Amino acid sequence: MVTAMHMSDGLVNAPTALLFGAIAVVGLAFCLMRARADLDERTAPMAGLVTAFVFAVQMINFPILPGASGHLLGGALVAILVGPYVGAVCIAIVLLVQALLFADGGLTALGTNVTNMALIGVFTGYGVALLLRRLARRGKGGLVATAFVAAFVNTVVASLGFVLQYAAGGAGGASLGTVFALMVGLHALIGIGEGVITAATVGAVAAVRPDLVYLLRGTAPALVRKEASA
Amino acid sequence: MGAGHAHPLHLPRESVVHRLPPQIKIVAAFLGVLCVVATPREAFPVFAGYLAVLVGVWVAARIPPGWILRRSLIEAPFVVLAVLLPFTGPGPQVEWLGLTLSEPGLLGAWNILVKGTLGVLTSLTLAATTPMRDLLVGLQRLHAPAMVTTITTLMLRYMEVIAGEARRMRLARLSRGHDPRFLWQAGATARGVGALFLRSYERGERVHLAMLSRGWTGAMPVLTADTTTRADWVRGLAPVGIAALLAVTGWVIA
Repeated sequence: MVTAMHMSDGLVNAPTALLFGAIAVVGLAFCLMRARADLDERTAPMAGLVTAFVFAVQMINFPILPGASGHLLGGALVAILVGPYVGAVCIAIVLLVQALLFADGGLTALGTNVTNMALIGVFTGYGVALLLRRLARRGKGGLVATAFVAAFVNTVVASLGFVLQYAAGGAGGASLGTVFALMVGLHALIGIGEGVITAATVGAVAAVRPDLVYLLRGTAPALVRKEASA
Repeated sequence: MGAGHAHPLHLPRESVVHRLPPQIKIVAAFLGVLCVVATPREAFPVFAGYLAVLVGVWVAARIPPGWILRRSLIEAPFVVLAVLLPFTGPGPQVEWLGLTLSEPGLLGAWNILVKGTLGVLTSLTLAATTPMRDLLVGLQRLHAPAMVTTITTLMLRYMEVIAGEARRMRLARLSRGHDPRFLWQAGATARGVGALFLRSYERGERVHLAMLSRGWTGAMPVLTADTTTRADWVRGLAPVGIAALLAVTGWVIA
């Protein structure tokens, strides 16, 4: 049910699809440029494995309620683990492969999908995580809470991207208010699931390899010292 | 990594469409769907024309239509939104089997359904006729940035490995009696996702070191010499030409 985030062809008109395609290309070019600071061409294979991880994670279902399950989108997760630039590139490549090889998400909707999930989603998640960084560095509880909030906000704001595109060139007959209520309501629920799984995942990674958590990089947080002495 | 380079939607056949250089197929699929999306929704017969073009491509590619149609059901999620539209849309209303439906809502639903379906059918046609390796060649020839093709290559090579690892971890949880029903019981799944990230990242470190020791310089080698001719482009873009004519027809009659 979380795949509702993957827009199909025909949801927005052609000019809107082209406009967001251009936004996605420009945004990704910027991310690629900045990603080189985090990894050069020679270390790109690592990003390939992270991308394969994102792809695999989207296949893992977790329960929400009996009969309803969802899967992780992973925007905030990769932003916290590998940083926003590499993270956005990873998510965009997953979306590209899904559109070209798995017929998941429309080809003309690729621009809107990349804008929502790879650009808006990842950077919102990372922005929230940065705001809460002092909390995150205080210890495991802080990091887990940060990851939850970042993933929740990321999911809801990414769905607002859809509402924006629908307002710009929606091809359906529903009023904007209905779409807004439907998307935001649905994604607030999905966001709770995304938040819980993201928080637990980040917590699990930080417990074993805190050096891999991008958000904790740069300083010597209490978490690292505690784990190192253990 | 000699095996396992097929993906589930690929249908190996010996045909003109399969042999077409991949970059042409990618461009043709994008342009074709763009024509569909740009068509006014009231131009009903034009959409039948698009379907006829696709059927023509399937015949040329020797893909049974049933094979494609069965797989087109993945489209389902957005159909939900489409079904809601006739009930929530604004007036004028039409009566149908005792239901009061909104006319713009019905048109909107039709628009999403028909364009979404034609889009999925096009994507499926591309996936069915293009193996993974060809897709990479296509991206390379379309001048995608080197970092994108490198990451995509590694992603496609290890996608099955990581997904297989995730499946085995799930099987291990299930065989230990794991049966979560509520979100707050998802802890074990989440710890599994954390472990999967660590395994993927550390595998990435090992793969990277192995590549360095075999002389990796940071650039993907050119996989195959490009022997694309102008005739290939003409042949590959012919269906798009028909689609463009159909789109223009749509604008005239609507």
